[in-house]
Amino acid sequence: MLNAEKRKTILLLIPVVLILVGYVLYPSIATIVESFKQKGVFSMENYNDFFGEKSAANFEALWNSVYISLLSVFFSALIGIPLAYIFNRYDFPGRQFFSNIAIMPIVLPSLVGVMAFMFLYGEAGLVPNAIKDLFNLSEVPFSIGGISGILLVHAYTMYPYFYMTTSSALNNIDPSLEEAAYNLGSSKFKVFWKVTFPLLTPGLVAASLLVFMVSMASFSAPFLLAGGFRVLSLQIYFSKINGDLEMAATQSVILSVVSISFLLFMRWYQSRKDYRMASKGIGAHRSEVNNPVLKGVMVTLGIVAMIVLLLPHATLLILSLVPEGAWTWQTYPTAFSLENFRLLFEDPNIWDPVRNSLIMTCLACIGVFIFGIITSYALVKRSFIGKNLLDILVMIPWALPATVVGMNLILAFNKPSPFSFGQILVGTFWILPLAYFVRFIPLVVRSTTAVLEQMDDSLEEAAQNLGAKWFYTFRRVVIPIIMPGVLSGTLLAFVQAVGEFPTSVLLYTLSNRPISIEIMNQLRMFNMGQAAAYGMIQVGLIAIVMFIAYRFFGVKSENTL
Amino acid sequence: MSTVNLSEITKQFGNVTAVKGLDLVIKEGEFFTFLGPSGCGKTTTLRMIAGFYFPTKGKVKFNERDMTSVSPEKRNTGMVFQNYALFPHMTVFENVAFGLKVRKINKTEVKRRVEDVLKKVRLEQFIDRQVSQLSGGQQQRVALARALVIEPDILLLDEPLSNLDARLRDEMRTEILRLQREYGITTIYVTHDQVEALTMSDRIAVFNLGECQQVGTPTEIYNKPVNDFVAEFIGETNLLPVEREKQEGEIFTFSSKDLEQTVHVAHTELNIADYNDTDDLYMSIRPEAVEISETPIQAENVFSGTVTLVQFTGESVHTFVKINESVTIKTTALNRGPSTYFKEGTQVYAYLPENHIRVIPEAKGDK
Ligand SMILES: Nc1ncnc2c1ncn2[C@@H]1O[C@H](COP(=O)(O)OP(=O)(O)O)[C@@H](O)[C@H]1O
Ligand SMILES: [Mg+2]
Repeated sequence: MLNAEKRKTILLLIPVVLILVGYVLYPSIATIVESFKQKGVFSMENYNDFFGEKSAANFEALWNSVYISLLSVFFSALIGIPLAYIFNRYDFPGRQFFSNIAIMPIVLPSLVGVMAFMFLYGEAGLVPNAIKDLFNLSEVPFSIGGISGILLVHAYTMYPYFYMTTSSALNNIDPSLEEAAYNLGSSKFKVFWKVTFPLLTPGLVAASLLVFMVSMASFSAPFLLAGGFRVLSLQIYFSKINGDLEMAATQSVILSVVSISFLLFMRWYQSRKDYRMASKGIGAHRSEVNNPVLKGVMVTLGIVAMIVLLLPHATLLILSLVPEGAWTWQTYPTAFSLENFRLLFEDPNIWDPVRNSLIMTCLACIGVFIFGIITSYALVKRSFIGKNLLDILVMIPWALPATVVGMNLILAFNKPSPFSFGQILVGTFWILPLAYFVRFIPLVVRSTTAVLEQMDDSLEEAAQNLGAKWFYTFRRVVIPIIMPGVLSGTLLAFVQAVGEFPTSVLLYTLSNRPISIEIMNQLRMFNMGQAAAYGMIQVGLIAIVMFIAYRFFGVKSENTL
Repeated sequence: MSTVNLSEITKQFGNVTAVKGLDLVIKEGEFFTFLGPSGCGKTTTLRMIAGFYFPTKGKVKFNERDMTSVSPEKRNTGMVFQNYALFPHMTVFENVAFGLKVRKINKTEVKRRVEDVLKKVRLEQFIDRQVSQLSGGQQQRVALARALVIEPDILLLDEPLSNLDARLRDEMRTEILRLQREYGITTIYVTHDQVEALTMSDRIAVFNLGECQQVGTPTEIYNKPVNDFVAEFIGETNLLPVEREKQEGEIFTFSSKDLEQTVHVAHTELNIADYNDTDDLYMSIRPEAVEISETPIQAENVFSGTVTLVQFTGESVHTFVKINESVTIKTTALNRGPSTYFKEGTQVYAYLPENHIRVIPEAKGDK
């Protein structure tokens, strides 16, 4: 007899496995298979081409990707760690406010962030031109572009990873450890290097690897800023645009291999025993800054940092008020109005992308919400053979760069397949919501799993003992308890899906183009104002959803990030 | 209300046998305790009664109904979990009402019954509290109320007091017993604490290594243990290996290598347990049965020794008497003032009365 528990497990697993196999595993395999084909015949030729003389460009792109990522880690750490140390260890006027500002880069979708940087510091950017005019220079003193541009944007958008891990690690260090070291006669400097820093290391290593992976996958920054400079994620896009799907597949495989090896390294590192402290919630102990000069320096530093951090947001807001034609060849915008936002409601062409984005993001979010609940529940509360394998499948979309996820879907669904009910999905509306769904599965599963693991099995048993059937228990006991985790994962999925660019650019069609694609189009037409207005709409949507989540469901955005 | 009938129950987890061939009948309205060291299979047995595990072999019956493979939600048992398992997102009222709502009882009736049971556990003023705002003892009471309100046939409690501090534990012991008597529910209580078991139970089943060693009333278990495990686990005892020598009328004599002397034991059912000829035998005597004095005692079973340690616990005094290199006998006497305490190093005589010694076989199974 197959007992009732086993039957339930199997019923739960069927949809989970079908979806993961159909939309994660099968597309990945399709890409690998494609990478071994040339003109439809099996061969290793693509890999030969990649590493061979014939296309030095590919190898160069790989190398560039790696070294940009390494530099990104370096610069992000250089900004994030000291900032976290200062904000968490010293008390000075405005500290709380500045530390809230410090994570602001995270609310800018990547494409929008890059665009703001271009407006600010690019060749025609406001800052270089303002300096030029101010000092009567014949040429702009500096401008970002190519590698410097990419690195600057990466440092700006990725330092929060270091900032947040360092902050939380610092807050979790038991103050008595450092006090013990002082008590034993160590100097301040020695205490930092011998006690504090070693305790921070595990978190820093994790942040480094994360930043490395994110930069390897980074698409928007090179897309807008690279110029002639080649990186691998962008090469994939070019190969696809040129119709060389086989090479795109090969490049995808190689990018994935690099990313996944770093992920595996990270897992291995984290699984090693580290010496994080069990004692928690001691709270930070901050030194009051008494020296008035030092106090002044710190406050000034805080203000300058705040300006630099918020300048992109402010620029975006101001430029969104520039109507079409008022800032093309001119140094500064010449007129301001609410034209761009008015058009949104009047011109269906302008409104369409917003509607598309909303619909597709909501579809994907509903998908990850339901799928996340079921999958996490199966993974945490049910026992079955092959659990580890399922766990890995769930995490694959997280480890894969977005461009690769996009390529996988193209190669799997540009022909009929059982998982698309015999249809060709590429070129239809559904391929994009599907891509968002696949991309953000891991976010919801991870945050839900974290909550489920805290939930004791006895709660379900208690409900059952009181006479509740499985489904009633699931609905009235399990779901309410895990809801905060599910919601914060879904919130994060929403935030990212609204701004998602790499998969959008690979998979959009004219009729389902989302906001990000329209931003790209407006930029191409030098309609900076409308592009900025779209950027503001993305930021606005994100802000509204975060506010609702916080207000009505008590989900704090910091927890999700 | 139900009787519970376990016949030949065995439960295996992989190659671990958690419960072996268990036969038990628990009577209607009885307060029945599973007592044993941790890991001996008490929880596993309880969970088979609740339906969370299905036995590998054997049958579970409530009254005459075979429940062996009935799922938990259809058994109408009320379980109190060790960690209480209160639903954290619900108030006290909602927690207690959960089982009633599942049974589709109408709102006014639910309200009446919840208020009723909360009054019984003395929590009526906390009815709208979130459960996280209650103290440990109060949470315990909510868990009890939640189990009682559905009028279960059987109340199951798995070490319900182990998370409470000593004083609260005493209080809850009386409380649970009061409620059980009031409702008259058949109750199965799991504990590793012998004091709890002895003070609360109508009958006790002593477990070790997945097997039930003995079933009996508290006094039977304490006074007439069937083997060395039960004697040693319940209360304190002095245990020495002995061999049978001969019978002289109403007295048996046993020889003890360690004492280098024979021991005389009365030939009654109270003093000699059932055993087979092949069993290894032990003599057991409770510390409170041993008499000591500084002057020689004229009787059998008198051993001379030295006082090595005197422990004062308040109500009683433990005196350890070293007979020889391998035997030290523990004795206990009620505290009768400082003049009666022995000094360490004093030469004394210890008398083991022949009608207080119990000869028992070694427990079967691996040891
Ligand atoms: N779900 C399980 N899977 C495997 N082994 C188990 C499981 N539950 C209990 N056991 C084993 O069965 C034995 C009895 O456990 P248990 O009934 O919990 O003991 P007790 O409640 O008396 O402390 C132990 O050896 C334990 O390791
Ligand atoms: Mg137990």
